[in-house]
Amino acid sequence: MSHTIVLGVIGADVHAVGNKILHYAYTQAGFFVVNLGVMVSQEEFVQAAIESEAKAIVVSSLYGHGEIDCRGLREKCIEAGLENIKLYAGGNLVVGKTPFKEVEEKFIAMGFDRVYPPGTDPKTSVDDINKDLASL
Amino acid sequence: MKPILCIDFGSTYTKVVGIDVDEPRILGRTQSFTTVKEDINIGLEKAIEKLATMTGISEWPVRYACSSAAGGLKMIAIGLVPQLTMEAAKRAALSAGAKILKTYSYELNESELEEIAKLKPDILLFTGGIDGGNQKVVLHNAHQLTKLTIRCPLVYAGNKAIRDQVKTILSEHDWKVHVADNVMPVLNELKIDSARALIRDIFLEHIVVAKGLSKVQSTIDNILMPTPSAVLLAAELLAYGHIGGKGIGELLIVDVGGATTDVHSVAEGHPTQSNVLMKGLSDLKIKRTVEGDLGARYSLPSLVEVVGIEGIAATIPTSVEVVHQILKDLEAHPESFVSEPGLLKTLDDVAAEIAVKESVTRHAGTLEVHYTPFGTIYQQTGKDLSHVHHVIGTGGPLIYHHNIRSALRAAQYDPKNPFSLKPTAPHYYLDKQYILAAMGLLSIHYPKQALTLMKEAIIEV
Repeated sequence: MSHTIVLGVIGADVHAVGNKILHYAYTQAGFFVVNLGVMVSQEEFVQAAIESEAKAIVVSSLYGHGEIDCRGLREKCIEAGLENIKLYAGGNLVVGKTPFKEVEEKFIAMGFDRVYPPGTDPKTSVDDINKDLASL
Repeated sequence: MKPILCIDFGSTYTKVVGIDVDEPRILGRTQSFTTVKEDINIGLEKAIEKLATMTGISEWPVRYACSSAAGGLKMIAIGLVPQLTMEAAKRAALSAGAKILKTYSYELNESELEEIAKLKPDILLFTGGIDGGNQKVVLHNAHQLTKLTIRCPLVYAGNKAIRDQVKTILSEHDWKVHVADNVMPVLNELKIDSARALIRDIFLEHIVVAKGLSKVQSTIDNILMPTPSAVLLAAELLAYGHIGGKGIGELLIVDVGGATTDVHSVAEGHPTQSNVLMKGLSDLKIKRTVEGDLGARYSLPSLVEVVGIEGIAATIPTSVEVVHQILKDLEAHPESFVSEPGLLKTLDDVAAEIAVKESVTRHAGTLEVHYTPFGTIYQQTGKDLSHVHHVIGTGGPLIYHHNIRSALRAAQYDPKNPFSLKPTAPHYYLDKQYILAAMGLLSIHYPKQALTLMKEAIIEV
């Protein structure tokens, strides 16, 4: 069964190339991708997930403000009745040279299921999504 | 000479326009009270008699009609997320010429069901979920609707994956279900043509009969559509023209009435500046919005609330007490005109200006500024109308306005509100004879003549 996933670049970030690559990779992997493009607000992610009955939201951020932009997304999902939705984040999530381990811990604490550093092969997340959603 | 009669059965007046399509010219225009309770033909005959006195013609072999009598085409729209499918459903219904009684989102509860039954819609538009998207809430709502104590034609235009299921559930409970394409098949993409066409068919087949308008079917060729649909047709023809004649280009029509203000735009609405990204639901090239709280008479109290009574008093200019008194008088006699001596502007004039300003502001798109590490980025929601060159006013409060240019200027871009994408330097026109609906009807068979007549009759002010 093909999984529906919502994809987008969060906040005021306009980096469109990675978004297109992920859209392509995920579609090739057999997912039904609802791509919101760039400059997507948390509310738009949540609304799209409800309307499309998505099982996962994949958030990208490249401009360093990812932490601020992503904070509260899990809470909004719970409020909207999407308690079981899987949340993924990837990219240059924070400014500066914070070790990725710390970034990952921070995002897991914020309610994300998986976090990816810059330069991750899309296949890694495809495999993870397939694994995570198989049980749902 | 080939005379044609175009009839508009309004809620108050039955308006008739006689046209000679050979020349072409408008032979005359008259009106009489709509008589929907007794027999709608009585009012129509009276208007035709008046027209005969004016033109000497009493035989009209070809007649076209539109109607907003008996409350117009009353619809309820149901969607899932308010900003997504519910909004899409609302826009589909509006562009089909409907009057929206109320919209509902998420799971319908019992008290909402009671409310729907009380509102007695003519048609129910039921949507939810993109194609392949949400099923749970939509199916829940289908089951809820089976409990509704009323029945009316229902258009399902939601998630196609459960189309048959929804149809079965509802049909088993005596609903007459009409299936259209999903109004939002893909997220943020509007696709309303199928739903709109279906709504129009239902209007012709059921609603005209149900409202007692079918008595006229024997005397006229047909009630073809709801009046707002006719205006939209006229707007499209005037803007884009057709094979036999060029249109005037993108335009905006503001129709101020006693109870509501309608705004129609025929424009692409794409961004006109650089660094602008589009956000949210895509918009329709031919778009109609209706403001139920902005009207120059029956909706005056809510209109006054929009700017505050002090603001109104300052514009006239007069004291707050005088405005209070006028409002009180008008509530008792809504049919009367305001003629407070010694005032620069009448309350009617001010109300019309506010209706124009507010309704166009709500209709036009907006910009949001974002200061990003890459500089300033703008996000546009809705349509950019800044390059629209033609603003046309119609409706009683504008036709009888003492300074029509000043009233229509309220539709213009306001530097104090720079993020509202209203026309920056338009020309202003007045549909003084109130012929837009008639021209929309005429345009079905005589687009060339309708275009010529509109260009003549709609005057620049």
